[in-house]
Amino acid sequence: MRLQAPETTVSFTFDGRRLQGVPGEPVAAALLANDIRLVARSFKYHRPRGVMSAGSEEQNALVTVGRGAQAEPNVRATTLEVSEGLEVSSQNAWPSLRHDMMAVNDLVSPFLGAGFYYKTFMWPRSFWEKLYEPVIRRAAGLGALSGHTNPDDYEKAFAFCDVLVIGAGPAGLMAALTAGRAGADVILADEDTAMGGRLLREKEDVDGMPAADWVAQAVAELAALPNVRMMTRTTVTGAYDQGTYGALERVAGPRKAGKPLECFWRIVAKRAILCAGALERPIAFPDNDRPGIMMASAVRAYANRWGVVCGKSVAIFCNNDDAHRTARDLAAAGVKIAAVIDSRDDVQIEADYPVFTGAQVIATKGRHGLESITITHAGGTRSIRTDCLAMSGGWNPTVHLTCHMNGRPTWREDIASFVPTPDSIPDMVTAGACNGVFNTAGCLAEGAQVAADVATGLGLEPKVTLPVADDSAYAISPLWAVAGKGRKWIDFQNDVHVKDIRLAAQENFRSVEHMKRYTTQGMAPDQGKSSNVVALAVLADATGRGIPETGTTTFRPPYVPVAIAAMGAGSQGKGFAPERFTTSHKATVARGAPMIEAGLWYRPSYFPQTGETHWRQSCDREVGYVRGAVGVCDVSTLGKIDIQGPDAAALLDFVYTNMFSTLKVGRVRYGLMLREDGHVLDDGTTARLGAQHFVMTTTTAAAGLVMRHLEFVLQVLRPDLDAKVVSVTEQWAQFAVAGPKARELLNAVLDQALDDQTWPFMACGPVGVAGVPGRLFRISFSGEHAYEVAVPSRYGESLFRMLVAQAEVMGGGPYGMEALNVLRIEKGFITHAEIHGRTTAFDIGMERMVSAKKDCIGKAAAARPGLVGDDRQQLVGLRAKDTLTAGAHLFEKDAAAVRVNSQGYTTSVCYSPTLDMHLALGFLKNGRARHGEVITLRDHLRDVTREAEVCDPVFFDPTGGRARG
Amino acid sequence: MVSLISLSPCAGLLPLSEGGVTVTEVPVDRLWSVAPFAGQQKAVSAALKDQLGVTLPTVNRRGGAVTWFGHGTYLVAGDVALDGLAAVTDQSDGWATVRIAGQRAEDVLARLVPVDLRAAVFKTNHSARTMLGHMSVAITRVGPDAFEVMVMRSMAVTLVHDLQVALRGVAAR
Repeated sequence: MRLQAPETTVSFTFDGRRLQGVPGEPVAAALLANDIRLVARSFKYHRPRGVMSAGSEEQNALVTVGRGAQAEPNVRATTLEVSEGLEVSSQNAWPSLRHDMMAVNDLVSPFLGAGFYYKTFMWPRSFWEKLYEPVIRRAAGLGALSGHTNPDDYEKAFAFCDVLVIGAGPAGLMAALTAGRAGADVILADEDTAMGGRLLREKEDVDGMPAADWVAQAVAELAALPNVRMMTRTTVTGAYDQGTYGALERVAGPRKAGKPLECFWRIVAKRAILCAGALERPIAFPDNDRPGIMMASAVRAYANRWGVVCGKSVAIFCNNDDAHRTARDLAAAGVKIAAVIDSRDDVQIEADYPVFTGAQVIATKGRHGLESITITHAGGTRSIRTDCLAMSGGWNPTVHLTCHMNGRPTWREDIASFVPTPDSIPDMVTAGACNGVFNTAGCLAEGAQVAADVATGLGLEPKVTLPVADDSAYAISPLWAVAGKGRKWIDFQNDVHVKDIRLAAQENFRSVEHMKRYTTQGMAPDQGKSSNVVALAVLADATGRGIPETGTTTFRPPYVPVAIAAMGAGSQGKGFAPERFTTSHKATVARGAPMIEAGLWYRPSYFPQTGETHWRQSCDREVGYVRGAVGVCDVSTLGKIDIQGPDAAALLDFVYTNMFSTLKVGRVRYGLMLREDGHVLDDGTTARLGAQHFVMTTTTAAAGLVMRHLEFVLQVLRPDLDAKVVSVTEQWAQFAVAGPKARELLNAVLDQALDDQTWPFMACGPVGVAGVPGRLFRISFSGEHAYEVAVPSRYGESLFRMLVAQAEVMGGGPYGMEALNVLRIEKGFITHAEIHGRTTAFDIGMERMVSAKKDCIGKAAAARPGLVGDDRQQLVGLRAKDTLTAGAHLFEKDAAAVRVNSQGYTTSVCYSPTLDMHLALGFLKNGRARHGEVITLRDHLRDVTREAEVCDPVFFDPTGGRARG
Repeated sequence: MVSLISLSPCAGLLPLSEGGVTVTEVPVDRLWSVAPFAGQQKAVSAALKDQLGVTLPTVNRRGGAVTWFGHGTYLVAGDVALDGLAAVTDQSDGWATVRIAGQRAEDVLARLVPVDLRAAVFKTNHSARTMLGHMSVAITRVGPDAFEVMVMRSMAVTLVHDLQVALRGVAAR
């Protein structure tokens, strides 16, 4: 119920029921205001559960938001903001939250303790994956994903600052004010919807005014500072190297198209100040998980900040002074306090409500919500009627981020808690409650002080002025678990209770990390934020060790769950990888060509024509263009590297196996490049444009690799060489014009006609292309009379359309990758299908290209024993009447097709319309000596067996007359 | 006599405008990469001073028509004669250049670029070779609220797509 009727309300639904809430308040507050206490079923036993906390540590109140593809499971109702039309559903219950059939698990719970599944479902072994695990997973669990593609938008972003202040409670606000006033570039991040932390949730004064007013004043001042950036709804989720922090922002305001739901920030800060506060921990007592049993700080937070009372008659069970604030604040608001049960003997409390000291809660009742509790105290045992029990076992400083780089926290006996170990994260300091300071004055002072130190370290001159605030001491006497029978829950999210942890210890899972895996304590969305310290205290007790010796489990990022959609934002669909388009792309797509990816590039497979129903028809026709008339193909995707300098030729001699320093200006030479280990790196042609000027072409696939290789050579291996390399791949649009009519076609577009005298095979030089200065190379990847003509890319589309139009008049046309592949296989030209990283120059029959007159990269390594000789699998051609497949293994004709008998494999296959035959390139043991032999191809994957004849890899025009003619 | 038609890298893709941020294509006429040969750094600088009135900038800087463009390399807008002093290579058609301007231009780029572009750190004429999304780019601040981004010509479509998403996200807040 609410203390006062709210000014504005909106309606939202919970399990289809229409409810009113105040916009922006947590759904948990709205549910409590509507007297809804049962909000969830627990993970394993399907026990009724209610809201427990008022923050991101919530263990019980996990809900699903939205529906259909936009449904988001496991959202904490305590951080989810109420908005008009919000749809909220409970999880893990069937058919309904109130009547959950799976609650039968709770009845057989004595048999379902920690380790039960592992011990029980042992046999037969194969049943675990097929039967047991799926059934168990269906019975136990959290919310489910929709199974649809998420249509929501997410975002990633980067931010930079001098000082990142994490958490905007009293310490964080003072830190931001101090650093901000001194002129530092500050980011203040807080996961709440408003800055202020506990100052918004407590009834106390700061500087003579209500704490909330002081917060408003501080926030107004920060907002006026241009060097301070405030980020609400932003949880800093992890601390990483070099001052980098991950942070998840829930973007404020209503959903709309294009607006991100969440933004995952990478914040780089020179310094960070952690002011993450502290989390209240529960006490383990029998049946402490009924709806209505909550954290004491949450009960007063709902009353103080949101005007929501969690019960009509509230009891408090605690072991420290702080929890008495709950009784005081609620009593002041007119709520009935049924009792305060303080486990400590030595406390004196004057109050208008019953106070029991040296007392403990030993039992609770109420099926779907708390109805009464039983306490024991010096005067005996008594039952108290209450519908809300506020518990507090003390506070755990939020040390998580300080442990993200292998730090371990330090135990402090006086507050019975772990505090950060200084310098756990480089350039991060801690202040306030996360550092074990548990009063407002102390937090304000420490926040100001560390910020002043940080600012001074940045060369600024900070001033410290402190407001007056509450400085009462924090007194606690540890109470982890109440003695006696019944299940005393520790990890509410994973249904782990005291007995499970004792069982782990008993079965020798005594290390805290083993206990965690055995019981599942501390796993799942909340990562044991509230339960870890209690659990290890119980483990310490069970193993007879102290808490510091027992230690904590590892704290890992993220601090709160982060949707993969947020981390991977921008990488869905088209965002996955950049697309590279050639200048001919539009014209190609307009002709209906199916595009295939070649690295990031898109290239046409073939250009279909009316009436063609199969790609082979198009491909065969296009091969015919090149063999019979003229074909045009965009080859701009091949890497082009401009090489200039006094030592340009020396560089080429060093990286290529063959000699380039002897190449004449105006000529092109084919070159082979090896890796340092002697295997083939890449091949291509290099043209000499001037005495000290070359342009190298690489394969499309290895363009980046070769560029990197050349940079490495120049910077590391041969810094003595004065040569400069720069990519010109994108500068030039380059088209292959191939076929007997290639020259005729080019002469239609070139400013000056070509002839054999000035343009023999392997010539290159500048040309005028329809008035534009271009380059021409007489090279051939098809074995035909062919050229590659290049113009600056701005003219690429225009030239492509012009060449294609002219070619079509001449009985030719454009050709795609399929035809290009057939043309080169017919000629036995290799691609990366053959130079796949495991083949040497010897293997591909190019050992004579490794010049004896000079050294080159890979030359020595290529001569190692085993890399040359008859045992090597050598490049061969294979021809057959039937279709061949790539990747098939080669066997002697009558040998069994098993691994040990494999003599080689095929790498490229095609149907040759020119020869009307099926061809393959492949590698065969001692293959060059076996031309003429008939062997067996076996493709186990496709279940294909063929006989083929071994032959020279050059199937067509072996003398090369066509290219030269 | 036929002649070839020229198309700019972002033809048909730009301009874009949303939330007060505009993206427009920067027309490029002549653009050269200049890599001084060994020992010629000073001579190149002096020659540029003669021809264009600016010397070679330091790392991560632009000075007039000359922009640092990576290890030992500069981009020069406009024709220069540096025979024997530097490798001079035509890049006039290699890059798509766009201008992103508006009060929230910095916020838009913060969605895509992992380097610190705050005005106090990345001032006018500061230039960086970095990433935009998955792409290698060169970014230069050309004014208090304006940046120039260069990406390989073939990736212009992806650049515009990524900017469009970022623009929309920033505008929607």
